[in-house]
Amino acid sequence: MSLLGLMWANLFRKRTRTILTLLSITVAFLLYMLLQAVAAAFDSGGVNVVGVDRLITSPKYSIVDSLPVNQKQQILSIDGVVAVTQQQWFGGVYQDPKNFFPKYPVVPREFFSMYPEFRISEQQLAAFERSRTGAVAEQALAEQYGWKIGDVIPIQADIWPKDDGSRLWEFELVGTFVNEEQRSPQLMFQYDYFTEAVAEFGKDQVGWWTVRLDDPARASEVAAAIDATFENSLNPVRTATEDEFARQFAKQLGDIGFIASIIIAAVFFTIILLTGNTMTQALHERIPELAVLKTLGFSDRVVSAMVLGEAVVLCLLGSLAGIGLAYLVRSAIAPVLESFIGAFDFAPLSVIYALGLALLIGLVIGLMPALSARRLTIVDALRER
Amino acid sequence: MFAQIYEITLMNLRNLTSRLGSSSVIVVGIAGVVAVLVGLLSMAVGFTRALETTSFENRALVLRDGSNSELSSGLDVAAYNIVSRLEGIRVASGELYVIADIPKQETGTPANLVIRGMREAGIEVRPEVSVVAGRMFEPGRSELLAGVKAVAEFEGLELGSKVEFRASSWTVVGHFETGGSAYESEVWVDLPVAQANFRRGGFLSSMRVLLDESVDVAELARRITADPRLDLKLVTEEEFYAGQAEDRAALINTFGYSVGVIMAIGAVFAALNTMYSAVSSRTVEIATLRALGFGALPVVVSVIIEALALALFGGLLGAAVVYLLFDGYTASTLNNASFSQVAFDFAVTPGLLKTGVIWALGLGFLGGLFPAVRAARLPITTALRGE
Repeated sequence: MSLLGLMWANLFRKRTRTILTLLSITVAFLLYMLLQAVAAAFDSGGVNVVGVDRLITSPKYSIVDSLPVNQKQQILSIDGVVAVTQQQWFGGVYQDPKNFFPKYPVVPREFFSMYPEFRISEQQLAAFERSRTGAVAEQALAEQYGWKIGDVIPIQADIWPKDDGSRLWEFELVGTFVNEEQRSPQLMFQYDYFTEAVAEFGKDQVGWWTVRLDDPARASEVAAAIDATFENSLNPVRTATEDEFARQFAKQLGDIGFIASIIIAAVFFTIILLTGNTMTQALHERIPELAVLKTLGFSDRVVSAMVLGEAVVLCLLGSLAGIGLAYLVRSAIAPVLESFIGAFDFAPLSVIYALGLALLIGLVIGLMPALSARRLTIVDALRER
Repeated sequence: MFAQIYEITLMNLRNLTSRLGSSSVIVVGIAGVVAVLVGLLSMAVGFTRALETTSFENRALVLRDGSNSELSSGLDVAAYNIVSRLEGIRVASGELYVIADIPKQETGTPANLVIRGMREAGIEVRPEVSVVAGRMFEPGRSELLAGVKAVAEFEGLELGSKVEFRASSWTVVGHFETGGSAYESEVWVDLPVAQANFRRGGFLSSMRVLLDESVDVAELARRITADPRLDLKLVTEEEFYAGQAEDRAALINTFGYSVGVIMAIGAVFAALNTMYSAVSSRTVEIATLRALGFGALPVVVSVIIEALALALFGGLLGAAVVYLLFDGYTASTLNNASFSQVAFDFAVTPGLLKTGVIWALGLGFLGGLFPAVRAARLPITTALRGE
């Protein structure tokens, strides 16, 4: 029997115990993977960065302020900028405040060419452009509320009443889109209609600009140029890459990464204690056997390596199962979760980290039993039986 | 039979000390679950509490009809004058509510801080305010009174320091407390100075009003909504803050319970392991008892009681750790409803501790059940041989 075979046989000597230990390790790594993904999602603001060539220009003092629409031409004329488009936070309520999804006034053609990951048929995009009160919705969102093309979607405004004092905005659904990168449950309608119908204080106002660069490498240079252009105007701005902007906003929620790491630490502390205990116990029961092995001529080093190896194998097996399970769980919950926190995915490195951690924990756990196996003297050990 | 259960259980518990190593597994495993669960749930409770304590009896907000937050609300001086003279309104404070991006200490990145412009009436309608350091801001000056939570969460709000808000400079002259409520996450300034500096003209965001105790609030609210000169509504602070915490608290709770359940599964495996090994190390002992005439049930019950005792200890340990580490720990998050940072204290309440202990006992029971059944089923003769 090879050394590995011997290790294997030893591991499953007490099948219930090993399986139970394995399962707790599996659960620990499942939790590790999921928490990592949650922390990463919050850290990045749930945005999969496709648009490395996109910048967000927002009001300098707070995102709740507005910017005048006439900044557009000035931004376009800045060297390195190839396209600019606007959005505004509309707020508003569809039927019940619990039905929350973002609603944005946009310039149809500009928006969809700025964000190529948003896919819509040319026919529907053309219909959107033609229809003054038209709106497009994410396909899954439309399905969720049972909207069909041609339906009128009533929105009660909270921030933006209309010019005539009414708060009811009605939009006709003319198309649906999908975001290929992640779920984006939102409703968009014509900026032109918005600015025409909104009360005086909202006219010709935009919430923020999205700017496309000719060369992503020049991002910080162009951002500085945009900020400088409006520095001394009544409406100073702050420009950041899309990624940075999302991250800064996500940080407002609090340090989710910190909370996740506290939980992970608690989980692994428990696992180390538990598995370490099991290994010590398993070794204790096997002292006479180890003595026999030594009598047969196995060196101290081989015997202790075997004991250490068992711990490592146990942890690696458990972590592999946990990682596998995490992938299964992710495919089940990601669609639900993504509408809350955006992209929910495992970083490519997280699997490697998990395996590294498993190896480390295996070594820590196996160390003490391995040392005592090494120190075992044959005569004392055989007497135990 | 109860005598038998009592005897065996006592015997088991007495020699627990000889199985310290494996028993600690169940204790620590369950302590971990309870600590994480209670810790996360205490965040939700703390957040809800910060918003709820903000509401004060007989105090109400006046907002633009249709708007659900001070940020999206607005009114002019004429409307303010009409409302403040209505019967039933004792004190009225017209306020400006502005948000500025100020770096948070924890992350160093800008976060939404509320700047509230008010006159003296602002303090009058909030009797819970006490200035704990420095002094009140003086009318007409660019001075600022900062809530103690804002001071702790944001950079540069120490007494005497100067802060830049929206291209204007302010001196921090005092710190105030309101008994842990959401107001403590705000900074307060003089209304006319704020209106001038932030280019808001005579514009107000909202009103805070103290109502006469005898007033029929529903009737007053109806009168304001129905008044053709006004496009306003009145909501009591209680109503206003009640709903705000719901979503965020629900999110934290869902997260807490999900993590708790997954960890609990792991802890049950650990508990099973402990109890199986406890049973197997006592095989001979149990068989001897059975041979002496002790029934199967007392054996089952005794094993379960042992598991429950260990679990209870673990649960209490976990709860104690969380209480000592996290009770009163301050964190802050974005309140979606007000679109501003609200700081809150983790609140490890007796109710949460009870939840934790109930979970611990549940896990202990699951962990003890199967090993107990195995113990009872041991064939006496083979067991006596010690195999």
